[in-house]
Amino acid sequence: MKWLAKWRLVYLIAVLALFLTGCGEPYLSTLKPAGEAAKMEYDLMKLSTLIMVGVILVVTIIFVIVLVRFRRKDDRIPKQVEGSHALEIIWTVIPILLLIILAIPTIMTTFKLADVSAMDKKGTKALVVNVRSHLYWWDFEYPGLGIVTSQELVVPTNEKVYFNLKSLDVKHSFWIPAIGGKMDTNPDNINKFWLEFDNKKANEAGNLFYGKCAELCGPSHGLMDFKVKAISRDKFNAWVADMKKVKKAQLAVSASAQEGQAIFSKSCIGCHAVTPMNTTPMTAHLAPNLSNFGERSRVAGILPHTKEAIKDWIRNPEKYKPGNHMTGKYPKMSEDQLNALADYLMGLKVQQ
Amino acid sequence: MSTNTQRKGFGSTLWGFLTTVDHKKIAILYLIAGGFFFLVGGIEAMFIRIQLSEPNNHFVSAAEYNQIMTMHGTTMIFLAAMPLVFAFMNAVMPLQIGARDVAFPFLNALGFWLFLFGGLFLNCSWFLGGAPDAGWTNYASLAMNSKGHGVDFYVLGLQITGIGTLIGGINFLVTIINMRAPGMTYMRMPLFTWTTFVTSGMILFAFPPLTVGLVFMMFDRLFGAKFYEVAFGGNTVIWEHLFWVFGHPEVYILILPAFGIFSEVFAMFSRKRLFGYSSMVFATVLIGFLGFMVWAHHMFTTGLGPVANSIFAIATMAIGVPTGIKIFNWLFTMWGGSVKFTTPMHYAVAFIPSFVAGGVTGIMLASAAADYQYHDTYFVVAHFHYVIVGGVVFALLAGTHLYWPKMFGTMLNEVLGKITFWFFLIGFHLTFFVQHLLGLWGMPRRVFTYLPGQGLDTANFVSTIGAFLMATGVTIMLVNIVMTTVKNEKVSHDPWGDGRTLEWSISSPPPFYNFKQLPLVRGLDAYWLEKMEGKDGMIPAEPIGDIHMPNSSFIPFMISLGLFIAAFGAMYHAEHSNWAFPLMFIGLLITFGSMFLRSVKDDHGFHIHKEELMNDNKGVEV
Repeated sequence: MKWLAKWRLVYLIAVLALFLTGCGEPYLSTLKPAGEAAKMEYDLMKLSTLIMVGVILVVTIIFVIVLVRFRRKDDRIPKQVEGSHALEIIWTVIPILLLIILAIPTIMTTFKLADVSAMDKKGTKALVVNVRSHLYWWDFEYPGLGIVTSQELVVPTNEKVYFNLKSLDVKHSFWIPAIGGKMDTNPDNINKFWLEFDNKKANEAGNLFYGKCAELCGPSHGLMDFKVKAISRDKFNAWVADMKKVKKAQLAVSASAQEGQAIFSKSCIGCHAVTPMNTTPMTAHLAPNLSNFGERSRVAGILPHTKEAIKDWIRNPEKYKPGNHMTGKYPKMSEDQLNALADYLMGLKVQQ
Repeated sequence: MSTNTQRKGFGSTLWGFLTTVDHKKIAILYLIAGGFFFLVGGIEAMFIRIQLSEPNNHFVSAAEYNQIMTMHGTTMIFLAAMPLVFAFMNAVMPLQIGARDVAFPFLNALGFWLFLFGGLFLNCSWFLGGAPDAGWTNYASLAMNSKGHGVDFYVLGLQITGIGTLIGGINFLVTIINMRAPGMTYMRMPLFTWTTFVTSGMILFAFPPLTVGLVFMMFDRLFGAKFYEVAFGGNTVIWEHLFWVFGHPEVYILILPAFGIFSEVFAMFSRKRLFGYSSMVFATVLIGFLGFMVWAHHMFTTGLGPVANSIFAIATMAIGVPTGIKIFNWLFTMWGGSVKFTTPMHYAVAFIPSFVAGGVTGIMLASAAADYQYHDTYFVVAHFHYVIVGGVVFALLAGTHLYWPKMFGTMLNEVLGKITFWFFLIGFHLTFFVQHLLGLWGMPRRVFTYLPGQGLDTANFVSTIGAFLMATGVTIMLVNIVMTTVKNEKVSHDPWGDGRTLEWSISSPPPFYNFKQLPLVRGLDAYWLEKMEGKDGMIPAEPIGDIHMPNSSFIPFMISLGLFIAAFGAMYHAEHSNWAFPLMFIGLLITFGSMFLRSVKDDHGFHIHKEELMNDNKGVEV
């Protein structure tokens, strides 16, 4: 059985290697909490893990003793023991106590995370974001500020941000792992919760957190990513001011971009808005708002933010996000038209 | 039918199985069909792991992946784990309580054929335009949005299968209540019988909510109702409740019989009576009860509010207590015993740390606020595979080795059995342990691929390697089964030498009437008690007399076939009304015609006469 021992060794090394790879990426991992909600949840995880490791240790010790001491060596018939009341009471009461230790902080945290009273107060200063999920893209409205953006949420750090979540087609789930747990976007009702983004941790993570859809929603569920730009309150205010300045579609500068704008106005504007004001209800938004597309970090939430990627995407969106609702909604574009469109889109910036 | 032992042609063997109402043969049917679907679900699992072995992989397309992933879950739960559990219940439970058959042999056969035809119907979807693709949970908004007939196959197939399961559950309940041998009181029943009893009760209450949910969806998708259409005042969260009111008890329906099998294994191969038998029974009943009180922990992120989430968090944590009681009682069953490491015992021993790992992550998931992070990530995938593979599948593999001689009269090879075990165990931990971490690192579940640069690549690759080791293990087991069947070395009534319960007191396999004379049960571990007094058989509780047996019947097959046909008619009625309506009508005619035939035709069964039994040296006295 030597080869078996070898296998066990390989296995051990593999597991060890994984532990050493650490706690995941700072912009994505729940083990690197970068906000109050994630921190509270992380503390609960640590507490429960601690208790559970204790339980595992006790079981393991008994387990190992049994395996070592009570192997069959002869044909004797062991004493037929019925049981032990004392032991039964011990292993009923101790787990109950352990669970109470876990249950109390669980309930406290659950209520704290559900406390959204600040967003419903009259004249509240709290930042509220309306999130609407669509098949494979995310729409964000700041009702208090009168602006809209898509795919890339921008938030100020070190303050609670409140969310109204709803889906406009099938059920999705809104999740920014490093910032806090998820909340489903139901088609039936609005769910509310809050998150907070820590300034220091945001800087460490490059100010860009990864957001995910966590509820199976169709073929491209796994590609329904969004990004969260967490910046200081000052920078956020500046961004809001810049967004508000854009009252009508920005005019393209270069010749190619102007040609792109002409194509866009003919083939794309029916679904994609390029102005950031929230003048239409969110249910009327058919596709991501592109007002500040040039300042985003990904194309379609997943591709690198390059001209080439934009062209690839427009050429055949189905290839990159199967089942999306963009495919086939516009005429086929020539290479020149694609270049022009990409130039135009890359130039869509609100901040100078 | 007679007690013939002569060779029979293939045709008559097949006919024998198609018409059988004998619980032992039905057990074999469940084992074969469940084993087949287990392999199908396993192949689907391999497709999943190959697709996820590297980022941006295109081994299967996104749409295909969702179908494979959906069918993997649906197949493994409804078409593999459930019937395999039923196989052992059928094979062993009547023998353990000293009964000659189940209470309703005809219904027993009907239950099997309904399950099989439902399962076949579901899998026909692969060849008829695509399988269901909304996950095994089939959440309503996505399911209603799913194009094609995939979800219709799910909705109709599971209804047919579900009726079969419900019938099986009722049958076991009645059997255990009414057909225990003289002296077999409730508190003398072997633990596997107890878990069968509690499980059957759970089936009785858990399957109706699922059926309600499925019927609503059938009417929505096929007949234009609006139960789940939000725009028309419907509600999709209702589906989540209906599904999980079934779905959570379902996991206990699977795990309790697994506990039962392990309780038998621990006691047998430690040569000790089960430690704390009465608290084990109590814990089983308590788990069965609490299993219905916790469903909303699957919906912590749905937005039910902190009050509901807290209540369900506490209820879920509470269920850990009786489960912990069981773990410690098993450990103390081995403590002071004489532990022999047979293949079934390997699985039982490995089950303890594996299941404890799955159990503690269950408690972690119960902590509602922390669950907001775990929910719908690979952490959850890891958790439920630890309990379902580490618990249920280990038990099924242990049971296969343990009861193979009782079902087929020959032993599976122990060396190959242990090789299978090591491959499966190592592969299992390699596959699923890293998935805890993947989830915590931010990988959602049910994704057909993931992008590079998120720190998820290595762990996913390791997980895939583990899956291949598991597949190797299963392949070796298949080789073992073929070799054992070809060799066919007959074994005695108590081949493990450590049998404690009644099934080991009669020949392997038992005669079709099981007990020539019903045994007298004098305590827990009835056969062990007799063995310890130097006897090699049970004390009969009755003189040899005529035995009343049921006749075989082809009607269960026909009833199920009719529903299978009718389901196709219902599904295609909208676009092909010219032939689909007649098809539905024909199918229902076959079903109700067969039921009518069964009702009007008196079938009194037959008697095996005393003289025949006298000449037959099988039965109680070996």
